[in-house]
Amino acid sequence: MINSNWGGAALLRHSISLFFILGGTWLLLSGHMEALPLILGAIACTFVVYLTRRMDIIDGESHPIHMGFRLPSYWAWLAWEICKANFDVACRILDPRLPIEPRLFELELHQSSDLEKVIYANSITLTPGTVTTNLDEEHIQIHALSVEAEREIRSGKMAAKVAALETSE
Amino acid sequence: MFALDIMSWILLGIGTLFLLIGAVGLIRLPDFFSRIHAAGLIDTLGAGLILAGLMIEAGWSLNLAKLVLILLFLLFTSPTSSHALAHAALVHGLKPWRHPKDSRQAQINTDGDEASNH
Repeated sequence: MINSNWGGAALLRHSISLFFILGGTWLLLSGHMEALPLILGAIACTFVVYLTRRMDIIDGESHPIHMGFRLPSYWAWLAWEICKANFDVACRILDPRLPIEPRLFELELHQSSDLEKVIYANSITLTPGTVTTNLDEEHIQIHALSVEAEREIRSGKMAAKVAALETSE
Repeated sequence: MFALDIMSWILLGIGTLFLLIGAVGLIRLPDFFSRIHAAGLIDTLGAGLILAGLMIEAGWSLNLAKLVLILLFLLFTSPTSSHALAHAALVHGLKPWRHPKDSRQAQINTDGDEASNH
């Protein structure tokens, strides 16, 4: 659990939010606005929300609404980092001298929650030139294509951005 | 609409270029771990730019929303599969290729041994 004040109100908020996200996905994928598909969709969404509550998997981890708009702005920053990394790796591949020095290294993790650790590890893998090869409670092991890629990770810029996603409210 | 068409063609063109570079990388790079990075090129900008080009062609329609969903699912699942592949290779004892002139050779090799003992 992420919030200490996890209770009925938070559960209700997550359930309602999940219902509307499911409903939106249903509308987008079907594209029909007649009564029958809408009613069927509402029934299906209600049933799925009921199932997830019964399975006890609806919380801040599966459904991180507490991150709010910080998540999209993080994605925008990440997209730009990915573009830069793509360009860098593409240059290395096309360079006749093939200037790569693949390396494996381990770092300590400073993120507090599991969700942040996974977001961090996934962001590293998503960025070309670095792949997360192992992740446990305190350490992350990374394979990098070059010295520069390793230095970029070690600078801790991405780690700080991820840590800022979850403020202790 | 003409300007939008040109925009979409430029995006499709650059996307295709990244797919091509990724494919060249898959052949040129020396070992499994470095090739994963080339595959990352195809997963991110290659697929991303082509989907962006198609989004412009789709205009404000349901197809746009579907393309956005495809991009989102791709960005969530592709790092997961890359990580699973790299982790499995390391656990089963595949040693990453090292540059012959790399000064940190000895240190990294012990790192690799540690990882394969997990």
